[in-house]
Amino acid sequence: MATTVTLTVNGKTARIHVDDPQMPLLYALRNDLDLHGPRFGCGLGQCGACTVHVDGAAVRSCVTPIGNVAGKHVLTLEGLGSPEKLHPLQKAFIEEQAVQCGYCINGMIMQAKALLDSNKKPTEEEIRTELANNLCRCGTHVRIVRAIQRASASAK
Amino acid sequence: MPAAILTRRGFLKTSGSLVITFSLGGLVSRSAAAASAPTAPDVWPFKTVAPDEVDGFVAIDASGKVTIFSGKVDLGTGVRTAMTQIAAEELTVPFGSVDVIQGDTLLTPDQGTTWGSLSIQNGGTQIRQAAATAREALLAQGAQRLGVKRDDVEVRAGRVVAKSTGKSVAYGALIGGKTLSLKVDQKAPLKDPSTYTIVGTPVPRLDIPGKVTGRFTYMQDFKRPGMLHARVVRPPAIKADLLSVDDSAAKQVPGYVATVRKGNFLAVAAKTEWGAIQSAAAIKATWSEWKGLPDEAKLWDFVRTSKVVKDEAVQTVGNSADALKSATKKLSATYNFAIQTHGSIGPSCAVAEFRDGRLTCWSASQATHLLRQQLAQMLTMKAADIRCVYIDGSGCYGRNGHEDAAADAVLIAKELDKPVRVQWMRADEHGWDPKGPPTLFDYRAALGEGGAPTAWESEVFIPYKPAKFTVPLVAAELAGLPADPAFPGNIQQSLAIPYGIPNVKATAHWLADTPLRPSWIRTPGRMQNTFANESFLDECAVAASADPFEYRRRLLKDARGLELLERLVKLAAWTPRAAGAAKAAGEVAQGRGVAYTKYELVRTYVGVVADVDVNTKTGAVQVKRFFVAHDCGQIINPDGLRNQIEGNVVQTVSRTLIEQVTFDRSHVTSLDWRSYPILRFPEVPQVVIDLIDRPKEKPWGAGEPTAAVVPAAIANAIYDAVGARLRSVPFTPDKVLAALKKA
Ligand code: FES
Ligand code: FES
Repeated sequence: MATTVTLTVNGKTARIHVDDPQMPLLYALRNDLDLHGPRFGCGLGQCGACTVHVDGAAVRSCVTPIGNVAGKHVLTLEGLGSPEKLHPLQKAFIEEQAVQCGYCINGMIMQAKALLDSNKKPTEEEIRTELANNLCRCGTHVRIVRAIQRASASAK
Repeated sequence: MPAAILTRRGFLKTSGSLVITFSLGGLVSRSAAAASAPTAPDVWPFKTVAPDEVDGFVAIDASGKVTIFSGKVDLGTGVRTAMTQIAAEELTVPFGSVDVIQGDTLLTPDQGTTWGSLSIQNGGTQIRQAAATAREALLAQGAQRLGVKRDDVEVRAGRVVAKSTGKSVAYGALIGGKTLSLKVDQKAPLKDPSTYTIVGTPVPRLDIPGKVTGRFTYMQDFKRPGMLHARVVRPPAIKADLLSVDDSAAKQVPGYVATVRKGNFLAVAAKTEWGAIQSAAAIKATWSEWKGLPDEAKLWDFVRTSKVVKDEAVQTVGNSADALKSATKKLSATYNFAIQTHGSIGPSCAVAEFRDGRLTCWSASQATHLLRQQLAQMLTMKAADIRCVYIDGSGCYGRNGHEDAAADAVLIAKELDKPVRVQWMRADEHGWDPKGPPTLFDYRAALGEGGAPTAWESEVFIPYKPAKFTVPLVAAELAGLPADPAFPGNIQQSLAIPYGIPNVKATAHWLADTPLRPSWIRTPGRMQNTFANESFLDECAVAASADPFEYRRRLLKDARGLELLERLVKLAAWTPRAAGAAKAAGEVAQGRGVAYTKYELVRTYVGVVADVDVNTKTGAVQVKRFFVAHDCGQIINPDGLRNQIEGNVVQTVSRTLIEQVTFDRSHVTSLDWRSYPILRFPEVPQVVIDLIDRPKEKPWGAGEPTAAVVPAAIANAIYDAVGARLRSVPFTPDKVLAALKKA
């Protein structure tokens, strides 16, 4: 049933007209709001490419109905920082050159943010465990871990 | 991404010839953050794309901005940055003044498919030669303009400078916006590598800031005005016929626009993406039954009994048959390597648009020129009326689904006469991208005095390779439109061995049949062949009770290869051991194994040592560490190279330990990441690399060679740990336990 969903995205109010409140949040972000940070990888909650934060928690936007996030705060990779004003995680990913194709990287950064929010100085093992359900096909893992360690070390 | 926005064009009459000029500043936008899309210039052809013309590759505008037109594309490997380095270096201009446009049939020369670790080796070398030709021409023009002799001028940061007077003129002032109208001079002198300031340095990648901030435009993000979203509805059995379609429920989905049916090709289009997904789910199609796939449990019997179309002698030295007959100590083994999928994290996506009888198709194809030919064939259209444009997609490791998604979009756009975007769903990608084919091997060797092989015979069973380098488009096959048979890649390469054995015979048996549409996937054939070669060599070393390094050193006559092995011994702190000497203590046994190759016998040298833990109770293998010594000649960007090598190792550990496509008699059954798992963070090894840089040598490829040696190194390390030989990839726990029982 067509309806309008109001939510906050990257600090701004967004009103989205949807035909179906069951539509995953991912499509609203990508197509209605032109936010391309969150990516379509599987649509099944299996890979993590679509990860965003909803009220501070990392969620998979490909399996989160838009109707469920009405009134909530959504943060995407674009909201985390910009090329001019990088978030420490983004800065660390650049410094470590922790990207090959980069398709998975949105998920890696957003999931890592969830980890660092609750655990400022994770061990390497904790980082690997946190990212166990985020898939990367290019084999960028070793750099991704290093980037998260770097971001963690740079935090006060 | 550099996006081609053709902002200003003019026509200049110079000396009677028509010269197209354009604002190069606006032609590409350098910043990866700028998300503008390539748009179609209305002048077709727009510029020369001849690979023997300097203008094919290089343009310089009045402000000195350089645009490089590269037929090779960046598949997430850093090639765009490396090409920028090569061009800036050879032209002697600041790195920041060079932009690269990639894989646009209207703008870039056909430099062949982006495959085979040839982007730098071939593509980069062509661009370097074109840049050198341009620089020489500009030096001559500059000397003339400055009124000095040719040998009085040099280039400094994009300016031709007279050494005697200090006067100078900028490239932009000499050529700005006009064509050079010169053939690429294969003899144009290249810069002395000892003067390099950009090539050989770890320049940060141009695309990364945009990619980590969500500002980069991937293919999946690209839109056209008035564009419809489409989804394909594939048959549940590969060759099933479409009997009937009931789209009454789909028509009720908000946003639904149309159902497209052409033979067995079925798709739906909608105004919104979610509408397209819902419509596809609501379509009720009836298909005929089809059970033409072989029994997966008997796959290797199927391969062994497939009709042989052709036998090819890949390497022949001496007379191996005689040597084997007279030998007393003989060895034989059979190996196999599973069917695997590309598994890009982002499923394939493409946009197609017809306008005024012309087609523009945007995709992440690694071969836009080839795709253009295939689309022309499918539509019975002139290739000259088709423009294929590359936009970076999710990592691509060979011929995956990009071209097929492109053909899907084209067929639907043609039917509906609207721009159409097709996005494959995960099951489309896992189910319908072409696969790395199953590969089977037989080996025999004879060992002489001291254990060195006196005879070596290998046979590989692989699907037939037709003359054309194409993989048929799914849409063409389903719709019954013209298409060529599948080319699986040059999968016989690297079956030949780099060792000095007096009698060698390596044979490829080209087979008439293979279960699933085959294509090339990273290190095609070379990975499988090197796995079998280097495993069997390890078996020989074990039989000879020799240290595997020492054994290889005895057989290797190549100084560069020997130097690499020395470096690897040091890097891995290898201590001499008889292969298979480590013995299990407790449940988890540790072992190390080595593998080496000279890629295809003609280029990149790479050797690795793998350290593994084998759990003798569960059969689980954990790869702890990989040591890599790598020599690809001249290094363009050492950090980019390391990134590639790490990726090769991690991805191939995944393929070696875990990956295999499953299928029933009708279709692929591994349709998601649960049924086709890949390596996860806790299982990823450390990677320790020693790069051997040879600035004065040719630059060779690095996108594939390391992957070739990973599987055998793991197999050899497992043998070292527990004395069990793994001869079938992937090394799943059940196979490890079965091998342990036999050990
Ligand atoms: S796209 Fe959401 S988890 Fe894969
Ligand atoms: S960088 Fe390509 S999938 Fe992770």
